[in-house]
Order: sequence, then C-alpha cells, then structure tokens
Amino acid sequence: MAEFFSSNLGIFVIILAQCVAVVAFVMISLLFLVYGDRKIWAAVQMRKGPNVVGAFGLLQSVADALKYVVKEVVVPSGSDKTVFLMAPMTSFVLAVIAWAVIPFSDGWVLSDINVAILYVFAMSSLEVYGVIMGGWASNSKYPFLGSLRSAAQMISYEVSLGLIIVGVVISTGSLNFGDIVRAQDGAFGFFNWYWLPHLPMVVLFFVSALAETNRPPFDLPEAESELVAGYQVEYSSTPFLLFMAGEYIAIFLMCALTSLLFFGGWLSPIPGLPDGAIWMIGKMAFFFFLFAMVKAIVPRYRYDQLMRLGWKVFLPMSIGWVVIVAFLAKYEVLGGFWARWTVGG
Amino acid sequence: MTPAIFAFYLFALGVLAGGLFTVISRNPVHSVLWLILAFLSAAGFFVLLGAEFVAMLLIIVYVGAVAVLFLFVVMMLDVDFAELKAEMAKYVPLALLIGIVILMQLSIALGVWVFAPDAEALRANVAPAATEMTNTAALGHVLYDKYLILFQLAAMVLLVAMVGAIILTLRHRTNVKRQDILAQIYRDPATALELRDIEPGQGL
Repeated sequence: MAEFFSSNLGIFVIILAQCVAVVAFVMISLLFLVYGDRKIWAAVQMRKGPNVVGAFGLLQSVADALKYVVKEVVVPSGSDKTVFLMAPMTSFVLAVIAWAVIPFSDGWVLSDINVAILYVFAMSSLEVYGVIMGGWASNSKYPFLGSLRSAAQMISYEVSLGLIIVGVVISTGSLNFGDIVRAQDGAFGFFNWYWLPHLPMVVLFFVSALAETNRPPFDLPEAESELVAGYQVEYSSTPFLLFMAGEYIAIFLMCALTSLLFFGGWLSPIPGLPDGAIWMIGKMAFFFFLFAMVKAIVPRYRYDQLMRLGWKVFLPMSIGWVVIVAFLAKYEVLGGFWARWTVGG
Repeated sequence: MTPAIFAFYLFALGVLAGGLFTVISRNPVHSVLWLILAFLSAAGFFVLLGAEFVAMLLIIVYVGAVAVLFLFVVMMLDVDFAELKAEMAKYVPLALLIGIVILMQLSIALGVWVFAPDAEALRANVAPAATEMTNTAALGHVLYDKYLILFQLAAMVLLVAMVGAIILTLRHRTNVKRQDILAQIYRDPATALELRDIEPGQGL
C-alpha cells in the first residue's frame, strides 16, 4: 500500500482526495454562509429571515441551490453563447482554486508554495474576467455597464490591497502564509499578531476587501436601483448560481486572508490554549459576520466617491505605509516590532 | 511519462492553441481571450522551470492588468468584420512575404547558434546559487543589492516618462463644474435645510 502511495498514480490519488476535502469544506461552509448572511441581515432589520426549510431554516440554502439547478438555463439569442456560459464558470473556478494555498492549521495546506500570497493575489485579479466576459457576452446594455463598473472597481481596489499586503510581507520577509502566521506567534498571544503593528492597514484592508468582492456598501456593479442587477441581469438558473457561489467564496477567501495576514491564522489568542484549525475557522466566521453587518448597516456609496476613495485616499495611504514599515523594519524600531524575519531577509 | 513532461506538453498545447486562435479567430474579443490562455500557459512554463515568482508576476501584470486593458479597448471598438476581412485579403501576399522573411532569418540565426564556452560561467556569476535561496529572494538580491543603481536609474527613466506623459495630456479647463467632495461631506443640515411652516392651500 505504501508503495502505491509513492507512485505517480498514488500521489495523484492523495492530492485529489485533499482537493476534494478542501472543496467540500468550502462548499459546505458556503451553504451556511449564505444562510448566516440572510439571518444576520434579517436580525438587524427585525425580521425572521429564512425559517421554513429544516430546523431554524438551516437547509434553506440547500433548497435554493436545488431550485437553481433544476431550472431552465435561458441563453439570450443575441448573446455570444460560449463566452456567456464560460463567464460564470470562470468566476466560480477562480474563486475555488485560490483555496489551494490557504493553510487551516500548521501544515494543513494543499500546496505549501513560497509565493502563496502572490498566487492568491493573481487568482483574485483574474476574477475580473468572469465579470467582464459575462457583461459583454450578454449583449445587452445594463450588464455591459455593470461589468465595466465592476471591472474598474476591482482593478482600483486590487492596487491598494496589494500594497497593504506588501507591508505585512516586509514585516515577515516571506510570501508564504505559514511563515506569516508563525511570525505572529509569541508570548502575548492576541497582542503579538500583526493587527497591532499594522493597525491602520487592517481597517484599509477590510474596506478594500469589501470593495474588491463587490459587497455593500460598494455593490455598485449590481446597484439594483440603477442597473437592475449589473452583469448578472441575463443570467438564470445554474450559471447565476455559479456567479453567486463564486462571489460568496471570494468573500470567504477575503475573511481567510484577513485572519491569516493580521489576526494570526490558526494561533490561539490566549497564550497557553492550544493552537489549531478551530481558531482559524472561528476567525473566518467572525470576519464573515463583520462583512454581513456592514451589508446591513451601511448605505451604498456613490460611484465617483468609490473611485475617489480607492485612488486618492487608500492608494497614497498604503504606499506611505509601505515606506514607513520599510524604515521601521530596517532600523528595528521597538525591538523589531515590525521586523520578524523568519527567512534570512 | 512523468508528470513534469505531461504538464509541459499540456502547457505547450495551451500556448500553441492560444497563439493560433488569437490570430485566426474572427471575433477580436475571442482573440483576446485566446491570448489570455497563451499567457496563462506561458506562466505554467515558468512554474515548471522553478521560477514561480516570475510566473505569478506574469499572471498579475499581463493577464490581470494588460489583457484587461486590451479587452476593454477591443470591446469598445465598433468593428465591421466584413470590411475587415476584405481589407485583410488585400494584404495577405505582403503578410506572407514578411512572414517568410522572418522565418528565414530565424532559421539562419538558430541554425548557426553556438554557446560561447564561458557563457554558462558568466551567467552563474551574477545569479546566486539556486540551493542558497528561493527565487524570490534571489531576484531581490540581484535587483536591489547587486544592481541597485542601475535598477533605480531604470525606474527613474520610467518615472520621468510617466510624469512627461501626464503633463503632455493634462489640461485644466476653467469653465467646468467640478465636485468638491470635502464640501459635500462637511455640509450640515443647518446650512442645507430650511424648515418652514406652510399654510394649507397656499404653498410657498
């Protein structure tokens, strides 16, 4: 048996099983995230939210997914059919494959590559294609306008997102998520994590993540009062489900990134308690709760304000912070508070 | 067939198919999408070579930014395909001629290609050994330690070019209404609102 697992086929089988495990985790959490999102939103507005299917409505998302799948796929006659159907697949697949480098605990990662952050960044920069292709292939005005808006928004906020990550990378001296989390380990638990030395950037990262994933208050691409539903107008049944699922998975990925980069990943906040995947998942759930709360309590931005915020506020601030962190790390201010190089820097 | 060889042929197929269909597909948007496939497959080659940093940069810069620009431009163009094809037929002989000339030049150049005996050693001199550090660190070492001045000078040239381009196209028009965001943010009800009691049936 051991011989089989060291052959090429055996390794392939092991990797396949690991991939299935991670995808299963992501998909199951997706079902309950959508449910949780609706429940939190309902609670803020003093409604009950989904409460019919299953106990407390827990199976509502399953019923919804089933409904999407069994409905008819409507493809507009003027559309470019191949691209029209490729767009939701692109957006879903790219959101899922970014999970290949996310560690859930020490060593619990599909692919422990040393450019992990760049990989996630590359995949999230490709996600814009699903939106552009969907908007263009629909051959209709609202989707096209929505996709243009969305593309401009995603590209703008990606720049500041990247620069914020650079600050963390300077502090760590490595692009690997494992190294980044291990660099946050220390005697003070919660106060050892990067949120403290990189405090202003945590807020910027959170807001940029909202904008990057087209969540409210930055959901301009599908602003229903102006554009009906943006790039998704012409989509129905399974393709629409894939767009929705891709969007939520991207949001959950941003939650994972926030907890890995700034909140110690799988490390326990209280010194003495054992570290483990449970902390990681708990932190991700907490940040998703914050995402849902923002959706419930903040009104939508105006488009020109959104662009101004991205280019004129976030970009200069994050560039400035990169310069400041570089100095703080180089001269080991506060006993190397900003310089926790695990790799020879 | 080892996995590496399998992956190589897969990516090679991707690059060739992408390049071919970029040229022959009729719809310019499809051309850009095929071009993206070619870029992604080329990034796969870099991963196979062990240069994962370059691969990720290729995806982020070319696919994530440059190809998006291409796509925007191509989508906005109002292209008449029939006219375009008629135009193309006119220039086919010229294109073929240029293609054949370039092919001949390439075959001549590659046919007599010889490696200088000390080329390997010279290249090994500038790059740190692969066993010493990851290729991200190695790249940083070469760019920011060994050739810092040259690198910064190149960056300076680019910066000057960028500033020049902005200055050439920047025009401040005076008679345009602009939004002053700060004024909008700091507006308060005291200056913006006025409450009045209105008699019924009279209006303001």
